[in-house]
Amino acid sequence: MNPEESDVAVIGGGLVGAAIAYGLVRLGKRVVMLDEGDIAFRAARGNFGLVWVQGKGLGMPAYGAWTQLSARQWPALAESLRAESGVDVSLEQPGGLHVCLSERELEQRVATMTRMLGQPGFEGYPFETLDHAGVARYFPQIGPAVVGATHTLLDGHVNALRLFRALHAAFVALGGNYRANHGVDRIARESVGFAIDAGGRRHVSVQVVLAAGLGNAKLGDQVGLTVPVRPMRGQIIALERARRFMHYPMGALRQTDEGTVLIGDSQEEAGFDTTVGTPILATMADRAQRIFPLLRDVRITRTWAALRVMSPDGFPIYEQSQAAPGAFVASCHSGVTLAAAHAFDLVPQILAGSLEPRLSAFSTERFHVSKAV
Amino acid sequence: MSAVDALKPSYELAVIGAGPAGMAAAVAAAQRGVATILFDEQASPGGQIYRGVTTTPLRRRELLGDDYWHGQGLVDALLGCAADYAPRSIVWAVTRIGDGFELAVSRDGVAHLVRVAHLIVATGAQERPFPIPGWTLPGVMTVGAAQILLKTAGLVPGDGTVVAGSGPLLSLVLAQFAAAGVSVDAVLDTTPRDRRWRAAWRDVIGFATSPYLAKGVALLRRARAAGRVVRGVESLEAIGDHRIERVRYRAGGQTIELACTSLLLHQGVVPNINFANAIGCEQRWDEVQACFVPVVDAWGASSVPGVTLAGDGAGIAGARAAEAHGRIAALNAACAIGRIDPAQRDAAGAAAQADRARWLRGRRFLDVMYRPAPQYRIPVGDTVVCRCEEVTARQVLESVRLGCTGPNQMKSFLRCGMGPCQGRFCGLTVSELIAKERGSTPAEIGHYRLRFPIKPITLGELASLPQTEASEQAVVRLPK
Amino acid sequence: MFQRLSEAGPPTLPLTIDGNAALARPGDSVAATLIGAGHADCRTTPVSGSARGPYCLMGICFDCLVEIDGRPNQQGCMIEVQAGMQIVRQEGSRPVDVEATR
Repeated sequence: MNPEESDVAVIGGGLVGAAIAYGLVRLGKRVVMLDEGDIAFRAARGNFGLVWVQGKGLGMPAYGAWTQLSARQWPALAESLRAESGVDVSLEQPGGLHVCLSERELEQRVATMTRMLGQPGFEGYPFETLDHAGVARYFPQIGPAVVGATHTLLDGHVNALRLFRALHAAFVALGGNYRANHGVDRIARESVGFAIDAGGRRHVSVQVVLAAGLGNAKLGDQVGLTVPVRPMRGQIIALERARRFMHYPMGALRQTDEGTVLIGDSQEEAGFDTTVGTPILATMADRAQRIFPLLRDVRITRTWAALRVMSPDGFPIYEQSQAAPGAFVASCHSGVTLAAAHAFDLVPQILAGSLEPRLSAFSTERFHVSKAV
Repeated sequence: MSAVDALKPSYELAVIGAGPAGMAAAVAAAQRGVATILFDEQASPGGQIYRGVTTTPLRRRELLGDDYWHGQGLVDALLGCAADYAPRSIVWAVTRIGDGFELAVSRDGVAHLVRVAHLIVATGAQERPFPIPGWTLPGVMTVGAAQILLKTAGLVPGDGTVVAGSGPLLSLVLAQFAAAGVSVDAVLDTTPRDRRWRAAWRDVIGFATSPYLAKGVALLRRARAAGRVVRGVESLEAIGDHRIERVRYRAGGQTIELACTSLLLHQGVVPNINFANAIGCEQRWDEVQACFVPVVDAWGASSVPGVTLAGDGAGIAGARAAEAHGRIAALNAACAIGRIDPAQRDAAGAAAQADRARWLRGRRFLDVMYRPAPQYRIPVGDTVVCRCEEVTARQVLESVRLGCTGPNQMKSFLRCGMGPCQGRFCGLTVSELIAKERGSTPAEIGHYRLRFPIKPITLGELASLPQTEASEQAVVRLPK
Repeated sequence: MFQRLSEAGPPTLPLTIDGNAALARPGDSVAATLIGAGHADCRTTPVSGSARGPYCLMGICFDCLVEIDGRPNQQGCMIEVQAGMQIVRQEGSRPVDVEATR
């Protein structure tokens, strides 16, 4: 059988891989997206659907800038996805609140935001500190236990399932080649690119992008990239659909355009275990009902857990291989927020053959790891 | 002992489901001195096959039949044994603690935690999905639902009722209708005509020498009084605006429409696997029964240590086999917690094993005979597949063409399976649809991976469960 | 439609359906009461506004959802009728009750 040929092979069909693959086919490239099967870790399943800016970048100003760039380009992503897939991802960017349930929480939050914005070179934006009454102006039903919140106009959310479907549909509509059940066994450098063995087939491409989440570590070794990622479990609670009462998203609680209320944002080091645990769900549920007492009688229809892809400092990893030019890695745990930056900004840099200096903060050199050659 | 008011903090054994398997298991375990609690979500015992046996207004024995009233004996034994019985109690989560488990139980909207060393899951069977066009219209119900109305409320079909489908339960319910003096407008029999003679000789002989032959003949005879039967129905469609108004069917080369106000559907029962699946029990695809079945050994032991499965939930075999299976499971549980050793278990279980084998004989013939035809398991076009999220067959197939490989990915693509029924009425259909479209088998494609809560519970109830310092740290993440 | 066997006994329990006075048979579920009263449908769906009614009557289809005594999305087949109960057929998504915050 002749090997399949493409300009770029994207390894991984989650939110990161699909956004990059979509960006590539939009520019007319021949792209194959190699994905695993039905029971794979799929960090994308754990996404919360936020397009979130506030609070991001303490410790790395470049991340704050990258996040804001993506948020600015998100309306263009939503529009082009709608045009190319017919799917409306229901992007809303009305601003968002990070709600606090104690004075200490609020103090910590304000201190974090202030420190972050005060970093040299940080691309600043205004944020408001709200007291209870201030939060109540956004959410008349807010519970008495809510002490306050930080608010910015830059935050928003999107229907994440429709985003996933739109990316895949648009990719295929623009001529992309999606291959499921094609977990990658081996990547080898060839004279003009890479030979990838996946799904019992050989794929040959000029460039390869590793967007395989937790799988990037093992794959990276094969192309001279050291990708130190580990799993960070997050659990999510979904409530039955309700008539829309939340018109702004919160960092850990939001209501989708269809009415489903989602509660999230736990973080645990649990290895590769994706079972849900009742104490954490109880804590999440307790906070949610203190934020909105009216949710007490609303029913939980499902819970799930997924493994975020975490780098040692929590910031994304974008890097090109020195040992194997044409091989890139893209890894983050905010695949929804960064989808626009991935599709519109990272992709041209990949095609140019090397990442621009403004992305150098995201290289793994910051971890002082030696590269396998 | 009758229903308990208060739950003890721990028991040696919890049995889930008060059908024949669960009741027999609780009684057998209690007899061996195992501290046992039986949880059931209904207000009174009996499961579905003996639904309402303590409350039904239909006391004339010939109405519901001897097989039904056999359940009274099981209930009497349950209420007379030392096991605690907790009706109106929904076990919605199971967490492993050491070698045992912590169960989260919902009673009257309040959450309770109970520790147990061993679990017997006897959650029984459910109606197989019957995805025909219009099956979500008001007025379309399962035959099982009609049977529940009969047993619990004395409600029977009036004018304009059509029954459609295939399987022994159909005949049973029609016989019960006939005994109540009720007839329906038509019985549309979807049993594939070619099926009858496909069964292997061994299965035919097994059936002929089983208890089911005599029962079946008698049933079919009584059932005929309930309505004229149209055989070889190859397609069905429910039509109406806001409720069913007519049913269109094809048989004998003709397409016919019947006006109706009620359409009762049934094409067999399948194991209700949600609980076992959520705990992590391995399951396999049974090609003859065309459904997923948990993997169990001869004692009902599942792939999860400490969890035994019993009854139709471990594989469809009927009420009497379920009862024997319950006794077998109780012995397995007693052995697992160290009350008896394996040799004692084997000796004590010999009678129940033989009993079960007797009731299993002939089932395979029924399975082959009544395996629903593919067009009734695998819909096309705008037929709704996922009732909760209103996802159609067309949408499922489109997603497969986009590259979706399995039912869990399908959830992300379409929300299919994300509704409150947790895939009970779409899981099989989705697995078979994807398998057919990809040229694969349901065995390879797999099933939804399920999680707790097994039934929806309120946010307030979940919030009332204990938290830990670790859980707070994981969520609130204040720097220490 | 469904009719009642005489063995069932008369409906004697007063309650309301959509605000209208009705009599229910003690021991019946809410879903059975609606069906017995001739209502095939009990709600419209949040997704498309389609009419739905009870389907399985054994607690697993979640199509029999109705509002009972002000609480929405109750499974009618799992709840026994009580005197004075207010059963309301519901439309679309449930509201979240502002009263609960007071």
